[in-house]
Amino acid sequence: MDTAYLSTHPAAGQESGVPLVSIRRVSKQFANGTIAVRDVDLDLGTGEFISLLGPSGCGKSTLLRMVAGLGSPSTGTIDWPGAGEDKAERDLGFVFQDPTLMPWANALSNVMLPLTLKHVPKSEAQERAAEMLALVGLKGFETSYPRELSGGMKMRVSIARALVMRPKILLMDEPFAALDEITRHRLNDDLLNLWWRERFTAVFVTHSVFESVYLSQRIVVMAARPGRVMADLDVSAPYPRDELFRTSAEYAHLCRLASGKLKEAIGA
Amino acid sequence: MSSASPSASVPHDGTDAEARPLTLAEPTILGLPVSFWPRILAPIFVGILVLGLWEFAVRWNEVPSYVLPGPLLVGQTLIADWGTLSASLWITLRITFMALAAAVIVGVALAVLFTQSKWLEMALLPYAVILQVTPIVAIAPLIIIWAGDINLSLLICAWIVAFFPILSNTILGLNSADHNLINFFQLHGATRWQTLRYLKLPAALPYFLAGLKISGGLALIGAVVAEFVAGTGGSESGLAYRILEAGYQLKIPRVFAALLMISLSGIAIFLATSLISHLLLRRWHESALKREN
Repeated sequence: MDTAYLSTHPAAGQESGVPLVSIRRVSKQFANGTIAVRDVDLDLGTGEFISLLGPSGCGKSTLLRMVAGLGSPSTGTIDWPGAGEDKAERDLGFVFQDPTLMPWANALSNVMLPLTLKHVPKSEAQERAAEMLALVGLKGFETSYPRELSGGMKMRVSIARALVMRPKILLMDEPFAALDEITRHRLNDDLLNLWWRERFTAVFVTHSVFESVYLSQRIVVMAARPGRVMADLDVSAPYPRDELFRTSAEYAHLCRLASGKLKEAIGA
Repeated sequence: MSSASPSASVPHDGTDAEARPLTLAEPTILGLPVSFWPRILAPIFVGILVLGLWEFAVRWNEVPSYVLPGPLLVGQTLIADWGTLSASLWITLRITFMALAAAVIVGVALAVLFTQSKWLEMALLPYAVILQVTPIVAIAPLIIIWAGDINLSLLICAWIVAFFPILSNTILGLNSADHNLINFFQLHGATRWQTLRYLKLPAALPYFLAGLKISGGLALIGAVVAEFVAGTGGSESGLAYRILEAGYQLKIPRVFAALLMISLSGIAIFLATSLISHLLLRRWHESALKREN
């Protein structure tokens, strides 16, 4: 009835072109003996929108944090062939599951934080932060404090803060999991628009099949105990995707396929 | 419509800005919200009631004033002896505020030092605890002998009593910064100093202020207790000495008047520190927010 399909992504290292991040045989064992991630091979291509999809405890957050440099792999390597050798030069933005804002600072100061830490002059930092706030739809809320903002708006501030340095890659750890569905849909749409416009590489950790299909070009399916990659799927649907796509038969079909792959992968 | 209140112009641009709650300003009397007035009037009412009963009981039973003076006599003594008492009050308050300032400086400095170095904390914190748990009355005579100068020894005594709550609260506050925010600072290559300045110190502020509220009262108690032990005479004498002196002379109304001044000073210090805390935290901290449930 339609042409939507999922295809297997080429294995790591098999693709043409230099990936932004190259993950090779990465394992992570915690001090208590838990193996959070085992033997992960993954390339993150420049400009891609990739979802890491899997149940709780499959190590997707741990993997994301290791890419960010928060904790290093027990074995294996994470290289940035598409970026400079200097670790400090690896521009990345990180969005946590909670907005993680400074409650004592207003929205503008929160977004300015990465610029302040890099000693960007105050007037320039303010200008860039205000621009970023406007881009996430929060023009007029510069002087609002986090407690005066709704959950979705706080998440927008958090995204603006992550993007204010114009990073090459945006890492998101289940950012919308705590939001209601209506807000989540809006934020998904706005995130896609931002990505479409700014052309950063996006890595999105989620446990929602629907969210991953809606957003991504590529879904990496992971299984738990130990955390490992079970499937790496390309999503064929074109961008821009919008509300029409969300209600299309094509989307439903893709969700069914991805759901099937997930069940197969985690052996349910 | 002012641009300062974004709630007045909520955009309908597809964001969830509309999700912000609409707020109604509460009606006020003399500039204070209506719901605030019982908090002022209720204690005043109780106070007047108790004072009235006290005055009545003293007169009815004809209690002599050297046993228990009535509140009216205490008030008269306070006015009559105001010259002597207020000079003494000033001396006591000066010690109190100097001790509190020293407690803030040393307490915060030590707390910052301890969070920068676990070794320093392990090595020094036990001694801070020992200093705190030793009764000040017991060590005050030693301090007076060692320090030589009476004002200095009073200052040291009051400082010992006042500094621990600031130290322990500030340590707790510095260590309670959001773990993910610490990660975020790390991700953006923040230096130790930047993490301290932009994250740990602001996160510690509410805890520090809670410590300050306790220490304000303790500094006053410390100063008064040390004065009692020192029993200094002459013109440079604090309120505690006036109480001792009046006690020996059986001028009990004067004892009460001096006690009243100490209590009122303590209350004033508490209100002042509470006000500072409220002003610094009202925009963001949970403790300063009103909740409907």
